[in-house]
Amino acid sequence: MKDPAISIQDLHVSYFGNEAVKGVSLSVDTGNLVGIIGPNGAGKSTFLKAMLNLIPKDKGAVKVLGRPITEVRKSIAYVPQRNDIDWDFPITVLDAVLIGTYPHLKLFRRPKKKDKEWAKECLQRVGMQELSKRQIGELSGGQQQRVFLARALAQKADLFFLDEPFVGVDVSSEETIVNILKELCRQGKTVIVVHHDLSKANDYFNQLILLNKELISFGTVEEVFKPEVISKAYQGQFTFMKEIGVTL
Amino acid sequence: MAFIEAVMQYGFLQKALLTSVMVGIICGVIGCFIILRGMALMGDAISHAVLPGVAISYMLGVNFFFGAVISGVITAIAIGFVSQNSRIKHDTSIGIMFTAAFASGIIIITMLKSSTDLYHILFGNVLAVRSSDMWITLGISLIVLGAVYLFYKELLVTSFDPTMGAAYGLPVRFIHYFLMTLLTMVTVASLQTVGIVLVVAMLITPAAAAYLLTERLWVMIFLASGIGVISSITGLYFSFTYNLASGATIVISSTAIFILVFLFSPKHGLIWKTLKVKKKRASLV
Ligand SMILES: Nc1ncnc2c1ncn2[C@@H]1O[C@H](COP(=O)(O)OP(=O)(O)OP(=O)(O)O)[C@@H](O)[C@H]1O
Ligand SMILES: [Mg+2]
Repeated sequence: MKDPAISIQDLHVSYFGNEAVKGVSLSVDTGNLVGIIGPNGAGKSTFLKAMLNLIPKDKGAVKVLGRPITEVRKSIAYVPQRNDIDWDFPITVLDAVLIGTYPHLKLFRRPKKKDKEWAKECLQRVGMQELSKRQIGELSGGQQQRVFLARALAQKADLFFLDEPFVGVDVSSEETIVNILKELCRQGKTVIVVHHDLSKANDYFNQLILLNKELISFGTVEEVFKPEVISKAYQGQFTFMKEIGVTL
Repeated sequence: MAFIEAVMQYGFLQKALLTSVMVGIICGVIGCFIILRGMALMGDAISHAVLPGVAISYMLGVNFFFGAVISGVITAIAIGFVSQNSRIKHDTSIGIMFTAAFASGIIIITMLKSSTDLYHILFGNVLAVRSSDMWITLGISLIVLGAVYLFYKELLVTSFDPTMGAAYGLPVRFIHYFLMTLLTMVTVASLQTVGIVLVVAMLITPAAAAYLLTERLWVMIFLASGIGVISSITGLYFSFTYNLASGATIVISSTAIFILVFLFSPKHGLIWKTLKVKKKRASLV
C-alpha cells in the first residue's frame, strides 16, 4: 500500500500556553488538492507551520510520505502567508525564482543554464516573464505573491503548502494558478492550500479541512461544504453565514 | 609620485599596503552580508568584543588571533541567548553584551599597564604591521573568501528568505553563527589597519555604497570589495604623506566614496532620483 502524503496524529500546538491547534489527526492521500478553511485565528497558519516543523509542537506525530519531515524537506515547497523578507534585497525577480532550484543542487554547486531556463518557464506559467529583470521590491503585492508561487513551482516538489496564496492576486491570475495546481495534482503531487474565500472552495478543491482550533471536519468537498458543518466553525458569524448560505 | 617610490623602497610600506588591500576586500565581502541581514550593529559589537580576547592573548603570550575569535564568538552566542530567552530585543542585547566585553578588555589591558598597545588596538597602526600579521591576514582572507565562494547559495538564501531556508532544511541558526565567526576573523584581520573602533566603518560603508549601485548580490560583493580596496589605498596614501592615523584616513576615504555614490548613483542616487521626479512632474504641467 502506498504511504499517505501526510499523516498527522493528535497534533497540539500552543503559543506560550495558549492553544492554537488542539488534537488534530488526519491523513491526506497523494494527488489531492486540499483546502484548509476556518475563521481568522483558527490556527490554519499555525497548523501548517507545525506540520513543517517550523515551530515547535507540544504533542503529536507528523509523517510525510511515510517518513519524518526532516528526511523529506527537499520535496516540500512552502509559501508562507506573509513573507517577512527585505523587499529592498538586491535580487531580481528571475533570481528569486531561481532560488527554488537550490534545494536540489548539491553543496558547492551553482545553478546551470538549464536551471535558469526552468526558472524562466515557472515565471512564464504565472504570467510574470515580462518583469523578470525587475528588482523584487518594484512589483505590486499581487505580483510579488505570484513570484513566490513561481519559486514554489521551481522547487519541483512533491508536496506544496501554500498559505493564502491568492491574497491580492487578481481574478484571472488566480484562475491560472488554480489550473496549475490542479495540473500538479493530476501528476500525483499533493497540494495543501489555506484559503479564506469560501465561495470558491468547492470549485477549487477536492478535499477540505475545516479548522477552528480543533478539527471540525475533514473529507471530500461534498462532505464538508454543508451549511450545518461550516456553521460549527464560524459560530456566531450569522450574517456571513447567510451570505454563503445563498451560494451553497 | 613620492608615495609610489616609497612603496617600492620600503618593506614596511609594502606590508602595510598588501595588508590593507586584503582587509579592504574581506571587509567588503562580509560587510555585504552584514548590512543585508540588518546586522550593522552586530558588526560594531563583535569588533569591540574581541578586545578581552586580544588582551588575554597578550597576557598569555599567544597569538591574539585565537583569543579574539573565541571572545568574539562567545559574545555573539551570549547576545543570541539573551534575546531569544527573554523579551529583550536584539539591539538591546547587543548593547549590553558588547559593552560588557569591551569593558572587561579595558580592565585587563590596564592591569597589564601597556597603554601603547591599547592605543594601537583601538585605532590601528597599519605602518607597524609585522610580517606575521600580514600572513595571518592572508590566511584569514583565504578562509573568508573560500567560505563565501563555496557557501554562496546558502548565505544568499538565509540572508534573503530564512523561512524558505529553514523549510527546505538549511541549518539557519548554524549559518548565522558561522557568519559571526567569519565576521570575527575579519575584525581581527582589521585590527592592525583600522583598529577596533573603526572596523565597523570598513564593514558597512563600502557595502552600503555598493548596495546603492546594483540589484544583484554578487555584483554588490565585488563592488564593495573594490570600494574597500580603493579606500585602503587612498587612506594609506594620506596616512603616509601627511602622517595621519591610518584607520581614520582609510575610513574617511570610504565615507567620501559613499557620499559620491549616495549623490550620483544612476538608479538610487539622490540627484538622479530628484531630477527624474522633477522631469516627470514638469511634463505634466
Ligand atoms: N507568534 C505568535 N505568538 C502568539 N500567538 C500567536 C502567534 N501566532 C499566532 N498566534 C495565535 O494563535 C492563533 C492561531 O493563529 P494563526 O495565525 O494560526 O491563525 P489563522 O487561522 O492562520 O488566521 P488567519 O486567517 O488570520 O490567517 C491566534 O489566536 C493567534 O492569536
Ligand atoms: Mg493564517
